[in-house]
Amino acid sequence: MTPPSPGPAAAVPVLALGETLLVTLHGELHDGTAELLQQDLAERIARSGAVGVVIDISGVDMVDSFLGRVLAETAANARVLAARTVVVGMRPAVAITLVELGLTLPGLTTALDVELGLELLTRARPAAPGRRERGT
Amino acid sequence: MGVAGRRSRGKETMRVSEQEAVESTARGLGVFLERRREQIAQRWADAPLFRAVFTVSRDEAVEACKAVVDALCEVASTGRLEDIAAPGFDRVREQLGRMSGSRTRTGAGPAQIADEFAALRTPVAELLRAESAGTSVAEETESLLALTALMGTLRLVVMQTALSSGEELIARQRQQLLEVATPVISLWDGVVAVPLIGTLDSARSQIVMESLLESIVARRARYAILDITGVPTVDSLVAQHLMKTVAAARLMGAECVISGIRPAIAQTIVHLGIDLGTVLTRASLADALAYALSQQGIEVSPHAEVR
Repeated sequence: MTPPSPGPAAAVPVLALGETLLVTLHGELHDGTAELLQQDLAERIARSGAVGVVIDISGVDMVDSFLGRVLAETAANARVLAARTVVVGMRPAVAITLVELGLTLPGLTTALDVELGLELLTRARPAAPGRRERGT
Repeated sequence: MGVAGRRSRGKETMRVSEQEAVESTARGLGVFLERRREQIAQRWADAPLFRAVFTVSRDEAVEACKAVVDALCEVASTGRLEDIAAPGFDRVREQLGRMSGSRTRTGAGPAQIADEFAALRTPVAELLRAESAGTSVAEETESLLALTALMGTLRLVVMQTALSSGEELIARQRQQLLEVATPVISLWDGVVAVPLIGTLDSARSQIVMESLLESIVARRARYAILDITGVPTVDSLVAQHLMKTVAAARLMGAECVISGIRPAIAQTIVHLGIDLGTVLTRASLADALAYALSQQGIEVSPHAEVR
């Protein structure tokens, strides 16, 4: 049911849940969409002072090296802006494919689903209480 | 009879007549086998092979011998002396399989079974020689050659039957091993474990990986334990399989612990220069479970008072 993005890349919606940003990926991710998403995320983090990003890829049934690189880069971007990234909802078949491709994504934090991902972020947070003045 | 007549013809028909000669010899052999069926069966029943297989009654052995003679007779009459797949053999294939199977169970090797089948040729050859006493030497040699070819084919059929039944057994057992040897057990809420037993090859590690990932999803597990106490040896390939499984489980959001590495295996891993630095290890399954529980903030302690 995902229509192929025509011409200019369609933006991926980014939802704000408290201090966490939630991104849900569906179907195939095109080059343009990926670039747009990275810019969008960086701006949203900087503006809202979010401390966590959850990327849900449960709707993705095929992962290639490109998506692997996009995930790793997005996580690196967010880290520079002092936010933690958790990739959630990877399917078993996708995980096996990635491992067989040799893409173990070592810098990436993962969780089983959105709920556990959010829980992971909230558990990790109390360590830095002084950072809260920055946001609005 | 007709053979000698065809032989004397011109050189240009040599090729065709040779083919025909072979076929007519084969047919002659078929007729001979059919006529002497009873005699051959009686002699074979006394051969070591049939005596060893049919220990209970001699009549049964004679019946079995007759079945084999009939099959040979049918093959010979179609002229396909060298053809293992000749339809004539189909009727006795099962019986031959049972015979070689029973010989194998009593400890006879393939070479011995082949020798015993080869020994069946001698009584038939004697009968054949006695019968063709009046004919020319060339004709007698032709018939004996045909008989030898036929018996050789019978031997091949026996060997083939034995081999294919062995292959079926191996395939079935391999399947059973795959089904049995990779259970995923739930140790605690959110903790699953796979006790690995036996040698890990690519096919098995693939199944282990798949079933582990499936159960991580099904049980919402955050910790997965791979226990390799039952793995006899670890080489670089096995280590690679383990690392892949750990990496895949991590991508699914579960932390993977490898437990049960025996001292000898630890030394092997170090000698091979395999880097397990990125993998969490614990000495035993109990240690791994304790780690998983403490990470989840669960404490297990004895009752303060036991009444």
